[in-house]
Amino acid sequence: MKKLLAAVILLPISLHLFAQSKPKTAAVKPGIAASIARGKVVYTKNCLSCHFVDGGGVPNMNPPLVKTSYVLGDKTKLIKVVLNGFAQNVEIDGETYSNNMAPHNFLNDQEIADVLTYVRNSFGNKASAIKAAEVKVVRATAKK
Amino acid sequence: MFRSHVFCDIKRLYFTELEKSSSFGANNHHTTMKINFKYLIPAVVIGIALFALKSDNGVVADADNAGLKLPAGFGALKVAETGAQARHLTVTPQGDILVKLARVKDGKGILVLHEGADGKAVLTGGFGNYGGTGIYIKDGYLYASSNREVFRYKLDANNKVINPNEPEKIITGLKMGREHETKSIVLDNAGNIYVNVGAYSNSCQEHDRQLGSMGIKGCPILDSAGGIWQFKANKLNQTYGDGVRYTTGLRNVVGLDWNYQDNQLFVMQHGRDQLHDIFPAMFTTKQSAELPAECMYALKKGDNAGWPYMYYDQIQHKKIMAPEYGGDGKKEADGNFIDPAAAYPGHMAPNGLLFYTGNMFPEKYKNGAFIAFHGSWNRAPEPQAGYFVVFQPFKNGKPFGNWEVFADNFSGSEQKTAAGRADHRPCGLAQGPDGSLYVSDDSKGTIYRIIYKK
Repeated sequence: MKKLLAAVILLPISLHLFAQSKPKTAAVKPGIAASIARGKVVYTKNCLSCHFVDGGGVPNMNPPLVKTSYVLGDKTKLIKVVLNGFAQNVEIDGETYSNNMAPHNFLNDQEIADVLTYVRNSFGNKASAIKAAEVKVVRATAKK
Repeated sequence: MFRSHVFCDIKRLYFTELEKSSSFGANNHHTTMKINFKYLIPAVVIGIALFALKSDNGVVADADNAGLKLPAGFGALKVAETGAQARHLTVTPQGDILVKLARVKDGKGILVLHEGADGKAVLTGGFGNYGGTGIYIKDGYLYASSNREVFRYKLDANNKVINPNEPEKIITGLKMGREHETKSIVLDNAGNIYVNVGAYSNSCQEHDRQLGSMGIKGCPILDSAGGIWQFKANKLNQTYGDGVRYTTGLRNVVGLDWNYQDNQLFVMQHGRDQLHDIFPAMFTTKQSAELPAECMYALKKGDNAGWPYMYYDQIQHKKIMAPEYGGDGKKEADGNFIDPAAAYPGHMAPNGLLFYTGNMFPEKYKNGAFIAFHGSWNRAPEPQAGYFVVFQPFKNGKPFGNWEVFADNFSGSEQKTAAGRADHRPCGLAQGPDGSLYVSDDSKGTIYRIIYKK
């Protein structure tokens, strides 16, 4: 009886979960627009609190993502920032930033590709997309 | 002068009527009072329009009050535009304004400005080839800090620095991490200097600011940072071994001042960040925007304010165990930690604290505290807050009654405040010899002066 009850309760829940996860997998389709759209969701959840909705960051604390050499330059370097975090004293386009960025290696390759593609094509930025395969290569080689 | 006395009498009359009105409440006099008000209020308004923006010594407020929103009777002017990251500042009786810059500009880490009769100042010099925050004058010396050291300069009878290129190094080798690197300073009347050494961490996690990372047991940062150190004001080359860890468990302090009413050090702590980012299952983004409080502490030697093991929740009015150390947002902290003297909403970044001892402002401000809130960043996606100067009433050397926003609109607009894109960000506070309140802005480098019409 207990088992039956549990099944009755769990069935709609699992169906519901299944229904939710299904379109998620289906949504992974080629095209930069789709990647940007998914990347915005990743950004809002993981990046916005420090880099802000406008990508402008916080003066002296969290660097901006607007037209900086880091964002628009070398892809490998940029992917490494997300995977390993950033806690170095360097000047970014003439300014310094003091807050430590934690590693975000808990994001999967697709999520990192999407969020970086979003960042490279938002806030006035215009740069090529980053692919999950590229993240995969960097993750494999950059293992510390 | 004559006009100003006329205005004064009108004001006195106005307040006398107000007092009567409140003490007699709803009796027959009420109608009479109303009639009086009808004539008095326009008289006061005219009085303010004509004379209120000029103080007795000829200093005139800007027509737009420097863009600030102030209580009635107050005015403000932009004293100078330094174009530099103006951190803390001090004003001499001779009208020199000394401003400490976060970063050296044109070879100078300290700017010297001199005020004209109208209150507008010009740059007359500068010295000190180091960036920093702290600057303070006491007993014939100017004290200033870099992010690792504290220097002092002998002043002449006119409070001019005698030898700007040869300061005495009084404290050296202070810990400086990437975060919370600035060293604020204040002195007492007993020959001691107090220096904040900020914790180079958000919450002493194994991995700073990382999702789910737990706190390091017996947080090792606290041995040389995360507190206030006391040194001798007149001894050279002191290091940690020469000083005393006066208080511990303070994550980072920028605003601090000595309260002469109860002879005690008061500090403003910057509370920890990112409760939601690090522990998303325990805190919503809204809770994370509001918590924890930015706290004012009244310190005694040996006190522990509890960072990183706890934070103060101003909504529950409780000391809560930090999630990095086993907390869940509800469990109370366990340890001998002091209570804050007052608590303010989260993340507003109190960078300046000043006990007002002047005679220019109305009586209620005397011995109360002004607090410069630099403004938040860690409230996103909720609207940002702060970018204003608050007044905290005091009685007998302790906070008494509710705080109020005193000077607002440094940001330029409500939209700019909400977006965290402020035009100006208040940082340092200083009291002028006439009782004016000076506010520095470390974003654009504007120096403000707030005056009251006597």
